Amino acid sequence: MIYSYYPGCTLKTKAKELDIYARKSLEALGIEIEELDNWQCCGGVYPLAKDEIATKLSSIRTLNQAKELGRPLLTLCSACHHVLTRVNNDMKTNGDINMRANNYCAFDEPYNGETQVIHFLTLLKEVVGFDNLAKKVVNPLKGRKIGAYYGCLLLRPSNELAFDDPENPSILEDFIKALGATPVVYPFRNECCGGYISVTNKSQATKNVDKIVASAKYKGCEQLITACPLCMYNLNENAGADKIEVKYFTELLAEALGVK
Amino acid sequence: MLKIGVFVCWCGSNIAATVDVKQVVEAVKLQQGVVFATDYQYMCSEAGQLIMRNAIEEYKLDGVVICSCSPRMHEATFRKNAERAGLNPFMVEIANIREHCSWIHKDVEEGTIKAIALANAAIAKVKLNAPLISGESGVTKRALVIGGGIAGIQTALDIAEAGFQVDIVEKSPTIGGNMAKLDKTFPTLDCSACILTPKMVDAAANPNIELLTYSEVEKVSGFVGNFKATIRKKARYINTDLCTGCGDCMSKCPSKKGKNEFNCGLNNRPAIYIPFAQAIPNVAVIDPVQCIKITKDKCGLCQTVCSAKAIDYKQQDEIIEREYGAIVAATGYKPIKLDKFDEYGYSQSKDVITSLELERLMNAAGPTGGKLVKPSDGSHPHTITFIQCVGSRDISGRGKCYCSKICCMYTAKHAMLIRDKYPDVNVNVFYIDVRTPGKNYDEFYRRAVEEYNVNYIKGQVGKVYESDGHLVLQASDLLNNEQILVNSDMVVLATAIEADESAKKVASMLTASIDTNNFLTEAHAKLRPVESPTAGIFLSGVCQGPKDIPETVSQASACAAKVIGLLSKAKLVTNPCVAHSDELLCNGCSNCANVCPYGAIGYETKLINDHGIRENRRVAVVNPALCQGCGACTVACPSGAMDLFGFSNSQIMAEVEAICKK
Amino acid sequence: MKKDMELANEVIRISGANPIRCMKCGKCSASCPSFNEMEYAPHKFVDMVVHGRIEELMESKSIFHCLSCFACVERCPRGVEPAKIVEAIRVVKQRQIGENYLDANDIPAIVDEQIPQQALVSAFRKFKK
Repeated sequence: MIYSYYPGCTLKTKAKELDIYARKSLEALGIEIEELDNWQCCGGVYPLAKDEIATKLSSIRTLNQAKELGRPLLTLCSACHHVLTRVNNDMKTNGDINMRANNYCAFDEPYNGETQVIHFLTLLKEVVGFDNLAKKVVNPLKGRKIGAYYGCLLLRPSNELAFDDPENPSILEDFIKALGATPVVYPFRNECCGGYISVTNKSQATKNVDKIVASAKYKGCEQLITACPLCMYNLNENAGADKIEVKYFTELLAEALGVK
Repeated sequence: MLKIGVFVCWCGSNIAATVDVKQVVEAVKLQQGVVFATDYQYMCSEAGQLIMRNAIEEYKLDGVVICSCSPRMHEATFRKNAERAGLNPFMVEIANIREHCSWIHKDVEEGTIKAIALANAAIAKVKLNAPLISGESGVTKRALVIGGGIAGIQTALDIAEAGFQVDIVEKSPTIGGNMAKLDKTFPTLDCSACILTPKMVDAAANPNIELLTYSEVEKVSGFVGNFKATIRKKARYINTDLCTGCGDCMSKCPSKKGKNEFNCGLNNRPAIYIPFAQAIPNVAVIDPVQCIKITKDKCGLCQTVCSAKAIDYKQQDEIIEREYGAIVAATGYKPIKLDKFDEYGYSQSKDVITSLELERLMNAAGPTGGKLVKPSDGSHPHTITFIQCVGSRDISGRGKCYCSKICCMYTAKHAMLIRDKYPDVNVNVFYIDVRTPGKNYDEFYRRAVEEYNVNYIKGQVGKVYESDGHLVLQASDLLNNEQILVNSDMVVLATAIEADESAKKVASMLTASIDTNNFLTEAHAKLRPVESPTAGIFLSGVCQGPKDIPETVSQASACAAKVIGLLSKAKLVTNPCVAHSDELLCNGCSNCANVCPYGAIGYETKLINDHGIRENRRVAVVNPALCQGCGACTVACPSGAMDLFGFSNSQIMAEVEAICKK
Repeated sequence: MKKDMELANEVIRISGANPIRCMKCGKCSASCPSFNEMEYAPHKFVDMVVHGRIEELMESKSIFHCLSCFACVERCPRGVEPAKIVEAIRVVKQRQIGENYLDANDIPAIVDEQIPQQALVSAFRKFKK
């Protein structure tokens, strides 16, 4: 099976590592992807207002392209995954949004949320399997104490994202374990870093980041991993005096698979 | 030509405020056959009943329609009244213009139109009614109580005291239920074991009570007064007649890895065990999953040390059948699972516990001998914080929509007991509302605040996490409009309770109705609170809804009174509205027998004379003693042979037609 | 009063949330990472919408401190969805002329080397119509 791949805008510029190491790792794992032609930016945030349709159209066009190819849509960036999943859910369950969006888009066939949106981590867990992944590791990250930083976008709202337990997630810890490293569970791994306000209110973002870093260090993390460019920026640039190294999870994956 | 009388009830303003009763009376007078119609404020009152009796006699009525409340409320009243006036009681029909009409409508015009339609339907039906005669059936003088907690024990004791035989079927190896796990009980703080264990002993010693522990009811058939139950006595691998409860086997068993159910899994037990020292019966049981003699045919140590020679690894489950006149559901409750509430860190920290676990940690017979210590490291806690309403009053899908009712009081109890025994320990309680209705209850809670200095904080907790060697609660302090961080060594979750998982299965076996929370439904929320709508099935304790011990015991005794009332009867009047089959139409397909929940339909091969053709045919035959008149067979029958007395196909169609007619 | 309730109904419609279900337990404010930045905490927000006090909320900086992190939505026992209510108030305000919180001309001063464009796109989506 070939997966349609949706990198999203930031992975082409500031978050190239997230993208490049994902591609290399997938090749090593024998999973075939094809970047979606003419994909459009998902919009960055999911529009919460019930009457916002226009801001969802770019996501709908992307989802419809994937449907026409008959392939699942593979996402990597937390924000893109969040937005695409929720817009897809709207098209599946919200008759009003579905009707108005389809009337405007006038695709050959109406889009009703048929595309399966799958996050890279879910692919590793459910398609590759963490046991198989562990077998393919050539360069185990032995002795490294790594904390997973989930943030909010992958987990909440859990009834729509259905990604993991929103209060006690485990998929990234299982991933870290598969790479041969030691996952460190720390309480603030599912608390928000303040992504949206990092442009308008740096001091508020700093307060959030400091709590996350303190919690991670208290539990013994030497390094954090994330799937989100916004979190990466915030944790790196808006941290106060106390900092911690943050990497994209795909970089660790490539390292362990020996393709970095 | 049948002569019909119609009586329209105002029900005070219950009906008359939304239905123009005078207009209903005028409308029904236009119906063919209606020779008398009137209205009255309260038809069910003696004066109202007199109006009905006089009209029956004066107009020589053949049928009566009462437009009033639900037949579940007063059908029996009006039928009895008709009988007093010499009319067959089954010539009375009720048009429900209260629950089905006035209570659910606001507009008088619309309400009146609907009330007239419902009245006309009942008139159309009553014209096709035929006089029916009720039969009689006997009563088996023995009751079955399902569940051996305090509710089941109390009900059984009261029934036994009245001289009837009772069996208690308890799925676990001992009776006692959740109450046996409690340390002290509110509002008097007496020790739970001290008041429960004597009752357990009484139940075991009472000659009228038979305890079937480690047993489950598998099947129930029959009907009120004449139930038949199939009970599985699970293999204990112990000859209970020989076992002396000495406990030698427990100390010798090499496998110690079983979760001790009685201590909520806070410590372990051997594969062969007696649940607790005061267990009734005080005999051992082998966990067949854990015991390596049973799984792998190794070890066998307990058999060699048992001086009573009570151990039998080859013991099999035993199936017994018993007959009962009445069945009591007393299946109880359990705390909900907390996996959807991990913001409290229950699965992440050993020092976050449930209230039931705290009971065991404070109990002298518990895993720590009653010494309150942090489960993580056994050290003395300095601050303990309680969180109330964990999973209660929750409509998000994570918890239960109802108030669990017992948590406010037991939390106040826990807080007070801790402050009393360990005055150096600070105790906080996060609450949304403190709900303490009940005799001496609010006074009890206030004592926790005023005499024991328990710190009550109005607000919920958003997250519990570990930092700097202790737990931190990030919470709301609503009265101060603040978000606060509270350090604590232990956190106790007042976990919502839910119906025991067996309730659903038991309810379906008993054809007793159940609500969306798996609590068994009472026949009437106010007036028949201990009876199920299914005749002969009674409700005792939390299986009907959350309640504390005093309320449970009251309800258990009320339930027993109802059972005793039933078992005291020599004969029961049976419902004549039962199914019957037209042999000429029946093709013997078995559809009706397949859907019958009471096993009331059998088949016979009969010589049938079908318009001159004589042949042997297999036809359905209804046993009227077993049939409960549910009507499932009449719907399933493809040939129209099955019909129901009192609710015939033609009567139902006449009703539908009358409603549809403009 | 009538206008207040009209505004409140607009907020309820846009949010799709149901503030009347609130039982005032404070779980949202206990979960909120921005509590100390806000003049009106989430539980207060919900209560103010129930009572039609929308204009006060529209004038408050609180609506720009919500992170839409959904911790309140996830944990609310009553399914009230406070974050959606905050967003709806922000939307109602920003749909008025001249009420954009963020101006494109402000960006050059804010932007740094590392900022991902995703952050800018998000900020515009959140704070500008």
